[in-house]
Amino acid sequence: MGETLLEVKNIVTEFRTADGQLPAVRDVSFSLKKGETLCIVGESGCGKSITSLSVIGLLPSNGKITSGEILYEGAPIHNLPAEKMRQIRGNKISMIFQEPMTALNPVLTIGFQIREPLMLHHKLSKSEATKQGIELLKQVGIPYPEKRIDQYPHELSGGMRQRVMIAIALSCNPGLLIADEPTTALDVTIQAQILDLINDLKDKLNMGVMMITHDMGVVAEVADRVMVMYAGKKVEEGLVEEIFNNPKHPYTIGLLNSVPNVDDPDFELEPIPGSLPSLNEQITGCRFHARCKFASDICRNKEPQVVSVSDTHKVSCWLETEVH
Amino acid sequence: MAELATAPGAGVNKEIKRERTFVVTMKRLLKNKLAVAGLIIIILQIGMAIFAPLITFHDPVKQDINASELPVFSENHWLGTDNYGRDVWSRIVYGARISLVVGLIAVTLGLIGGTILGMLGGYYKKLDGIIMRIVDLLFSFPGILLAMLIIAILGTSLVNVAIAISIWSIPTCARIVRGSVLSIKEKEYVMAMKSLGASDLRIMFKHILPNAFAPIIVFATMRMATAILSTASLSYLGLGAQPPTPEWGAMISQGQAFMWSSPHLTIIPGIAIMLTVFAFNVVGDGLRDAIDPNMDI
Repeated sequence: MGETLLEVKNIVTEFRTADGQLPAVRDVSFSLKKGETLCIVGESGCGKSITSLSVIGLLPSNGKITSGEILYEGAPIHNLPAEKMRQIRGNKISMIFQEPMTALNPVLTIGFQIREPLMLHHKLSKSEATKQGIELLKQVGIPYPEKRIDQYPHELSGGMRQRVMIAIALSCNPGLLIADEPTTALDVTIQAQILDLINDLKDKLNMGVMMITHDMGVVAEVADRVMVMYAGKKVEEGLVEEIFNNPKHPYTIGLLNSVPNVDDPDFELEPIPGSLPSLNEQITGCRFHARCKFASDICRNKEPQVVSVSDTHKVSCWLETEVH
Repeated sequence: MAELATAPGAGVNKEIKRERTFVVTMKRLLKNKLAVAGLIIIILQIGMAIFAPLITFHDPVKQDINASELPVFSENHWLGTDNYGRDVWSRIVYGARISLVVGLIAVTLGLIGGTILGMLGGYYKKLDGIIMRIVDLLFSFPGILLAMLIIAILGTSLVNVAIAISIWSIPTCARIVRGSVLSIKEKEYVMAMKSLGASDLRIMFKHILPNAFAPIIVFATMRMATAILSTASLSYLGLGAQPPTPEWGAMISQGQAFMWSSPHLTIIPGIAIMLTVFAFNVVGDGLRDAIDPNMDI
């Protein structure tokens, strides 16, 4: 674990909608070191994707970071002009997407698509880019890369395509890789391979990886640190062992209990009741209180503060505040 | 990492797969009998236009007072002659040249203009309103009226006819392209390209445009028919080709006065126009079905 790569400080991302400005990410801070994997966990719609899009500067046109800052290697990137940000994307910060089936352009060859970032950022000639593209495909474990490079995406399987996506995303040796549910659309057997691949390449290239997922199995597999988000807020953050062995926030506990456990015959699935509040819902106090079985009056009225369980483990929940 | 998603050899034989899209489209097209008929007519016509000097024996504009208004199947003139004694077959063959070239220029210019406008409108939300209002404005004119207006401004000539027809093609093309771009730009691969730092222009023309080709090709084929018909209409009205240019519309217009004595002077160019328009329309229809049976434009 090396120096700090990415630092996100108190960002608020808001969307302009018919109902006014709605915050999707509320005052979230986190940091990421080189060679480290941070998993952002939470239900669909809790703001984890928007957090990552804020970092890479690809928010939808009605979204905006309204406060806070994002530092990449110490330099702010949240307020860069579009052209500067474009030079960072793909070059220093890359992203891979959920659906390998749709994230590759169906009418262009793999070669064309893998050459794009190389020619764009490294100003390579076409033949050099092809040569390097073949190397990259080899690196992500694609057999016969010389032939594959001339094929179209529909000629590859889902796992292959995700490998190609990874190769494209890593073509310019970015420092930070954002992976937005990279394995959700894949077969379970392929999932493990892709996760291994990301892990191997992370170590090899000393990248920071920001992995967005709702799958606790994936978290256990790859994460160094975990950040749990709920309704736009960070509710708990800690090392992966701390989160799995000693979860503090009732939401984290709920997430862990909603993963089936085959080893333990007495284990019962325990779904979290209710559903995520919508963006425009006014909630006083803790944002999770409506679904929390431990909720008390204070939870309904006052927002909980961040409590440090250990140096690395932080939680915002009144239960913990009372313990300390 | 040794276990791979597919058997290592699967799909590597690229030669077989490479031409698939084109071959599949052509196969589907060739199953459509009407489209095949249209294709044959178009190919014959292109042949006619290219080899015009080889398949005609008279100068299309050369007058011969001694052989005026000869009927069909006359000696030396199998399609007869007009009131100035010009060979109708030669004029039809050279007319094919004019129709195809004018049609091609008009459609190409219209496609370029329409694609750029549609692309900008579809991609940039801010430009969309302005561009689509301009398009609406162009739509509000009846096509032939718009063309006449443009020719009135530019003057009568075949080149101006091509320009007029291309301007008239722009709004339809812009709408079609905009519609495609609107749906394509939401695709994840566009987002992926953005995440790689590609510029807007690059995304628009290298990544979105190839995906929008199918409707554009169909539109272009269908538009060829309209363009050829419009060229003939404008020439018929005296706004396009000027005598003695052997243009089909102009031929009908000139032959009109001799409708009763020599009906072939109007009927033959009329058939030429009809066949051409028919051919391009059925091929366009066939292409649409072949490219994507679910597509609707």
